[in-house]
Amino acid sequence: MTTIEKIEQPAGQERGTMATLRRLARKHGWSYLFVLPSLLTFSLFTLVPVLWSFIISFQRFSLARGGTWQSPLWENYQDAFTQQGGIFLIAIRNTLIYSAFTVTAAIFFGLILASLIQPLSNRLKTFFRAAYYLPAVTSALIIGMTWRYIFNAQWGFANYLLRLIDQEPIRWLSDPRIALGSITLSAVLTMPATAVVLFSAAMGSIPTEYYEAAELDGAGPITRWWRITVPLIKSTTLYLVVLYTIASFEVFERVYAMVPSGVGNSTQTIVTQIYTNGFKELDFGIASAQAFMLFLMVATVAVVQFRLLRSDVEY
Amino acid sequence: MAAARMARPIVRRRGRGGLPLAGWALLIVTSVIALFPMYWLFVNALTPITSTPPLTPILWPAWSLDNFRRLLSGNIYYLNWMINSMIVATAITIWHMIFDSMAGYAFAKRRFPGRNLLFWLMLSTLMIPIHVTIVPLFIVTNRLGLIDTLLAVILPGTANAFGIFLMRQFIQTLPTELEEAARMDGAGEFQVFWNVILPLCRPALAALAIFTFVRHWNDFLWPLIALTRPRNYTLTVGVANLQGEFATDYGVIFAGAALAALPMIAFFFAFQRQFLEGVRMGAVKG
Repeated sequence: MTTIEKIEQPAGQERGTMATLRRLARKHGWSYLFVLPSLLTFSLFTLVPVLWSFIISFQRFSLARGGTWQSPLWENYQDAFTQQGGIFLIAIRNTLIYSAFTVTAAIFFGLILASLIQPLSNRLKTFFRAAYYLPAVTSALIIGMTWRYIFNAQWGFANYLLRLIDQEPIRWLSDPRIALGSITLSAVLTMPATAVVLFSAAMGSIPTEYYEAAELDGAGPITRWWRITVPLIKSTTLYLVVLYTIASFEVFERVYAMVPSGVGNSTQTIVTQIYTNGFKELDFGIASAQAFMLFLMVATVAVVQFRLLRSDVEY
Repeated sequence: MAAARMARPIVRRRGRGGLPLAGWALLIVTSVIALFPMYWLFVNALTPITSTPPLTPILWPAWSLDNFRRLLSGNIYYLNWMINSMIVATAITIWHMIFDSMAGYAFAKRRFPGRNLLFWLMLSTLMIPIHVTIVPLFIVTNRLGLIDTLLAVILPGTANAFGIFLMRQFIQTLPTELEEAARMDGAGEFQVFWNVILPLCRPALAALAIFTFVRHWNDFLWPLIALTRPRNYTLTVGVANLQGEFATDYGVIFAGAALAALPMIAFFFAFQRQFLEGVRMGAVKG
């Protein structure tokens, strides 16, 4: 008689889903326990809301009656752009203008200032880094409030300076032609703390041999800076560009503090639109749609960074 | 770091201390610009102003606590706001210190099914602007009847993966022999974490604590949405509100803003090194 060989399971292994779960729990139970609290809050307050927000962006949602699907589905996305004479497009444009200026200024100033403090003693380095970082620990709201008063048309410091040189006072925050510019100016004049600290750290880790070799080859200070320092901190530069770009797309506190009720459409930004639509008009559908478009913009920037980092210079 | 030595000066020694005069001028001018707004705020706060400030800006404080007295004695819930911010920031910070290090330890040192997937999933959400979540969060908070409570501000604050990333990066650098030795000595899994790993994480925990605390003390958008009655505001929301009500008494507004900025400034001076270390730590990619 032929014997059919039974396929032997390894000793002690049961089969079936319950058994698998039990095995998982015994072997990895602690690991899962360790991540459980974070996993819970992450799911409840990040994952689920993000998914739900996506759904709401295709719905007409009211607190009382819940959500009903829009028809056509993309109605909210359409309305976001067409309502109030295209105010959302203006908001996006304003945000991009603000972003262009503030990111450029942040990288520019960060690079220059970090380079300037590089040759100084450690104590002086720390002093300046602290001076630039101090404003960064206060809420953007308070900084915005202070700038609002600096730009006050009657008694603000800015117009005082103008009066000193016999110039006409400027209606910094009430003239729709320049309100956005004033807000941007205040951001440009806020020294980029993180940029200075990170550039400074990156520069500090460049081996001195490079500079010594270059000096022996006859390279002057500017050449050494341009040819050695700048290329070697490229990844820091990229990281900071992305960081500041994303932050500038999300600008809100500064604008809310400086022009709480806005100056017509000229000070609308993406997030002020989301805030107004979501929590003043209680139009959750449109607010969610706009939030997702913000997400798209941010994701694009992040993806571009990833691509650029891939093709980074090896040294 | 390839070399422990600091980079040599990259400009020739001219002027004082290794920088051309123009360099020093730029450093001083930018420092003044950086510090002036805060300075002016405090100067105004310390000078009695009952309605609008004078046309000639005050540039030196009168060292008077008049505005502060009016701020704290009027029917403004300023102290409530401070306490609320304190509670919120402390609760969230403690949560993150404990549970982010637990999760960071698990991701760094333990192998389990789904580990990588989970970690990258959590990390990828760091990129998602919070504005995407505020609408559903508001709806849920409303339905749970938590609007206008501190819990509404605390709970979402616990869901941030940055701390997990930070702790994981740090714990990865700890040698595995420590755990093995502890286990051989008979320590249970949690003991290994609590008694061996955690005490070694002090620098990372310090950076995490500072970052989290400051971030949530200064938080504005979500508390603005979640808190509706002035009595329950956090500090930043309350101070923003001062602009509306007391539009005619600027002294109170200046004092309110200055007093709100003070804790973080003091915090910064006390923990300056950890602050700047934390910035670097958060930025170093693994």
